[in-house]
Amino acid sequence: MTGAVLQIEGLKLDYAVPGGRLHALRHVSLSIKKGEVLGIAGESGCGKSTLAAAMIGLTGANARQSAGTIRLGGQDMASLSEDDRRRLRGRKIAMVFQDPMTAFNPVLTIGGQLTDFQHNIEGLGRAEKRARAQAMLSRVGLSDPALIMGRYPHELSGGMRQRAAIAAALLLQPEVLIADEPTTALDVTMEAQIIHLFRELRDDYDGAMVIVTHHLGVIAELCDRVAIMYAGEVVEEGPVDAIYHGARHPYTRALMACDPAMIEGRTARLPTIGGALPDLRSPPPGCAFAPRCPLATDRCRAEAPPDVQLTAGHRALCHEVRP
Amino acid sequence: MSSGADRSLLRSLVSDPMGALGLVLVLLFLAMALFAPWLAPADPVKLDVTQKFQPPSLTHWAGTDQLGRDLLSRIIYGARTAVSIAVTSVGLAGLIGLLLGMIAGYGPRWLDAILVLLFDSLSSLPMILFALAVITVIGPGTSTLILVVVIVSIPGYARLIRAQTLGLSGADFIQAERAMGAGPVRVLLRHLLPNVVGPLVILLSMDIPVVIMLEAGLSYLNLGVRPPTPSWGNILYDGYTSLRSAPYMVLIAGLPLVLSTLGFTFLGEGLRDALDPKLRHGVPR
Repeated sequence: MTGAVLQIEGLKLDYAVPGGRLHALRHVSLSIKKGEVLGIAGESGCGKSTLAAAMIGLTGANARQSAGTIRLGGQDMASLSEDDRRRLRGRKIAMVFQDPMTAFNPVLTIGGQLTDFQHNIEGLGRAEKRARAQAMLSRVGLSDPALIMGRYPHELSGGMRQRAAIAAALLLQPEVLIADEPTTALDVTMEAQIIHLFRELRDDYDGAMVIVTHHLGVIAELCDRVAIMYAGEVVEEGPVDAIYHGARHPYTRALMACDPAMIEGRTARLPTIGGALPDLRSPPPGCAFAPRCPLATDRCRAEAPPDVQLTAGHRALCHEVRP
Repeated sequence: MSSGADRSLLRSLVSDPMGALGLVLVLLFLAMALFAPWLAPADPVKLDVTQKFQPPSLTHWAGTDQLGRDLLSRIIYGARTAVSIAVTSVGLAGLIGLLLGMIAGYGPRWLDAILVLLFDSLSSLPMILFALAVITVIGPGTSTLILVVVIVSIPGYARLIRAQTLGLSGADFIQAERAMGAGPVRVLLRHLLPNVVGPLVILLSMDIPVVIMLEAGLSYLNLGVRPPTPSWGNILYDGYTSLRSAPYMVLIAGLPLVLSTLGFTFLGEGLRDALDPKLRHGVPR
């Protein structure tokens, strides 16, 4: 696809764990265009955080990319040296972490860290870097940024810290901003404020955003496109409207049915998806969702499902869907 | 760190009475050590047998020993001996421990395995027995003492730093630095170092009195600082041998030992509280 800032093709990644290798990503292909907001959703353990870490090249020491390519601005990340990859981080691609409580170095002031983050920029004095940092703090909606600059992380509230973390990630105007569960550690009020901030940023920030979350509401609020992950695969991908109003993959449909926000009327029990995730140390030969799927046939259990193109930009990984 | 942060560190240290007492005692002993030639009323090694075993008086504030040397001067110079040995050896061990610990904690796993094996073998040496063995081989003296203390203390410091580094290297903020393009050197020096030195400084200041005691103990056994160089341990030994004729000598040599040990310990504890940024503004969490 042309115009993609970040393009992932056939990515396979596994972790060395006791008892073998855990296949956390099994053939993931995604691409994100400039100015687009992509949501990645799925239950815990589906590989969405691993995918986010792989995008920025910060998977753990026990991770191994066994196949596929990640292209950032057309450049294959695997062809670069570790040093060159490091130089891309912050400038081309940046990340907002889940827990704002631990995302800052506790012994440095916020201003000190935001200034320090700009070490990659040459030809800018310390005063200018501080000014940029302060402007960015004000941009993310922190009142009195001058005061915040001199504060230590523990002196700020969770919401303020998440704003500061977003400011840090946007500091170098990256082409791709990844937010890994940016609102999960916050309370509902703060969550609404941070979502609001992302919406605002989306309008005047021209880079691409990737929002990783298990909260379907966040995606509905923020994203243009959504990829639903299950057991290390993208099982359905498409425009937000198409997925929310016309989900085709049985897993996506089940996931939507479980969202408490979708339930009308009183129920004694919240719906759940029966069964559990397959053991990713030895993934099943067929569809990973087959054991939990109401539509599963013998073919589903034996053969890997095809990638079915449903409409333009909407695809699902399933034997039982038809365009 | 800005001078503002240093000032508030000092303020919170002084606001704790024990910390303030420790600071005063430590400063007193450092001053004694530093300005010994100006403070001492007499030459600490000048003999005057006609004046031996003088009890404290106006001419000899702390009396004289069995060779007629001025005890106050010997105590003041003894502070110099004690402080220089303790600070040098603990400082050197702390520096090496910091370096090795950070390498072990943030470097490749195989290097960590080798270093941990090294720390474990070093720390299996009992300090006193190892000291005696080294003294037997290369002879007693100041440099032997420093060597022993450095070798024996490195593993403790290195382990502390390694554990701190390991615990922090997976922390979100380190990931965040890396996500902003920070390389290993920047992560180590700018982000890990300031987070790990706090506990080390506390441990170092608490180990200084241990080394002062070790120096005094070995000197008491005539295995440390060689006479006539004044050491609190030597004076204590002289006092012990002439306990009947001059009982004050033991007290006079013991007092600075007790006070300096307490001083450094209080200072260490005060620093521990003051260095914790979460306690700094008086809101413990």
